[in-house]
Amino acid sequence: MTATATASAVTVDRLVKRYDEVEAVRGIEFDVRSGEIFGFLGPNGAGKSTTINMLCTLVRPSSGSARVAGHDVVTERDEVRRNIGLVFQDTTLDGYLTAEQNLRLHAELYGVPREAVAPRMEQVMEMVGLWERRRSLVNTFSGGMKRRLEIARGLLHSPRVLFLDEPTVGLDPQTRSSIWSYISELKAREDITIFLTTHYMDEAEYCDRIAIMDRGKIIVLDTPEALKASIGKDRIQIQTDDNGAAITAIGERLGIEARLADGMVTFGVAEGEHFVPRLFAELGQPIRSVSVSRPSLDDVFMSYTGTTIRDAESGAADQRRKTARMLNR
Amino acid sequence: MAAPTKIGAELPPPARSGDGRLELAGVRVPTRSTGSELRAIKVVWKRELIRFSRDRLRILTSLMQPFLFLFVLGTGLSRLASAGTHGVNLKTFVYPGVLCMAVMFTAMFSAASLVWDREFGFLREMMVAPVRRSSLVLGKCLGGATVAGFQGVIVLCLAGVVNVPYAPSLIIEVFAIQLLLAFTITAFGVMIAARVSQMQSFMALMQMAIMPMFFLSGSLFPVAGLPRWLELLNRIDPLTYAVDPIRRIVFSHMEISAAARQALDPGVTWWGWHVPGALEAGVVALLGLIMLGIGIVQFSRAE
Repeated sequence: MTATATASAVTVDRLVKRYDEVEAVRGIEFDVRSGEIFGFLGPNGAGKSTTINMLCTLVRPSSGSARVAGHDVVTERDEVRRNIGLVFQDTTLDGYLTAEQNLRLHAELYGVPREAVAPRMEQVMEMVGLWERRRSLVNTFSGGMKRRLEIARGLLHSPRVLFLDEPTVGLDPQTRSSIWSYISELKAREDITIFLTTHYMDEAEYCDRIAIMDRGKIIVLDTPEALKASIGKDRIQIQTDDNGAAITAIGERLGIEARLADGMVTFGVAEGEHFVPRLFAELGQPIRSVSVSRPSLDDVFMSYTGTTIRDAESGAADQRRKTARMLNR
Repeated sequence: MAAPTKIGAELPPPARSGDGRLELAGVRVPTRSTGSELRAIKVVWKRELIRFSRDRLRILTSLMQPFLFLFVLGTGLSRLASAGTHGVNLKTFVYPGVLCMAVMFTAMFSAASLVWDREFGFLREMMVAPVRRSSLVLGKCLGGATVAGFQGVIVLCLAGVVNVPYAPSLIIEVFAIQLLLAFTITAFGVMIAARVSQMQSFMALMQMAIMPMFFLSGSLFPVAGLPRWLELLNRIDPLTYAVDPIRRIVFSHMEISAAARQALDPGVTWWGWHVPGALEAGVVALLGLIMLGIGIVQFSRAE
């Protein structure tokens, strides 16, 4: 075990993945420190899943290299696989087997020592609160229970890095927050690095560090706090009787570019509280309500990519369809 | 059963020991060895068995077609064919083919589950495991062979109904050939499943392969004195080499006139040479191994 292997759980160097003419991942570089929760944030189709698939040896990089838990993802595939746990976006459980049988199958495939299988299975199932349901067929589980079982299964062989690809997608808000409480628990209590992808801005807040990815590239990488601070602007939202006129007026009189978001005139400005009196004095239009908020990761994304994550997704959908067609050919 | 959608509220707190640490004693996963590959083969094989035992409907539906051929076609046509069978019951004649057919359908469905596995994502769980792809494919083929063999046993139990004696040597030899055939058909299906990702396409392809194989195999007619084109197709049909030895075994245990034996069980010939049963079984096994090899290569390449 080298010194770098213990310091960083994941090291990525100029990683590229091309599918024919489409470049899904375009030369990314980053390090994930041992023991941190590292988040990949970006719209669908940004290349997050392709990256995660390369890191967990499912997809071969076109060029560049990556090491996970100290092992190269191309030349030491088995070593990498033995040291990682995976929870995919879509379920990979066998619905016709019981929860217990699914876990046992995993233990056998990963060569967990026979005497350790039973106690370890109880541990991980207790942890996600499914021990009582161990004899039930997985097909009878709800989406949240399946996801919890997959997390338990991902931990069964004590991986050093746990990959979670969109761990909460398609779950109701309550279940989402319970999944996050498990992830936080895990980080606090096990010697494990967690690498996850998400396109929910609010979830990215749970990460120690996040990398914003857009169109195959990492735009920026830092802690959520540092990213928000880097924008230096607060978000102001106002409601008026004529939003169109208000946007024009803000542009002309205050020299600020505003836009309509969630039915409100929205713009960013430094030291928002001090700006509000000026706004009332100079807008020349009645304002019905005003709110000032600290920048969110939405604003961070907006500021670094020039688009909202939702707009980016609709744009990426076309690209995705194109890629899907090629892959299914 | 309707599963609850909201589960957040009922979650118990994670288990902890006295000092507040989560009790997750790490397990050490040893490096790959022959033993770990054998464990992988075994668990994939076992999964096949568990799934088969859960699916009673599949057990029944796979028997449907063999039974139609044996009882409906066999009984109905026997009145037409009685002149040509030299006193042998037509059901007895088609029985070897039906023994093979029962195995083929089940083996095919076993291989088809690979396509489902891909569609429902489970294949990924197996593909990222730190084991050789060949172990996964081999486990799958052995599993398919086992459940298909079980299905074969059900039809084998009907021997008495079609006047075939329950002789131990007959049962063992026939069962061995059934297992071999089941393995080969599963390997064939796995080879196809490696390339075909849609269930409809897979099923259509399998139907296209299985039905001609059955009709050309000599399950329903003696293999001597055929028109040239049919003889040729018959000789290149792998199933021929499973049906022919089974028929020879079945007939050898029965009191049948020499004329009847000559007419109904002439045996497969290559350019006039009688192919021995062991070689026929060898042909089936060899084909199975070749297709297994192709399947392994394809799955090893897949990302």
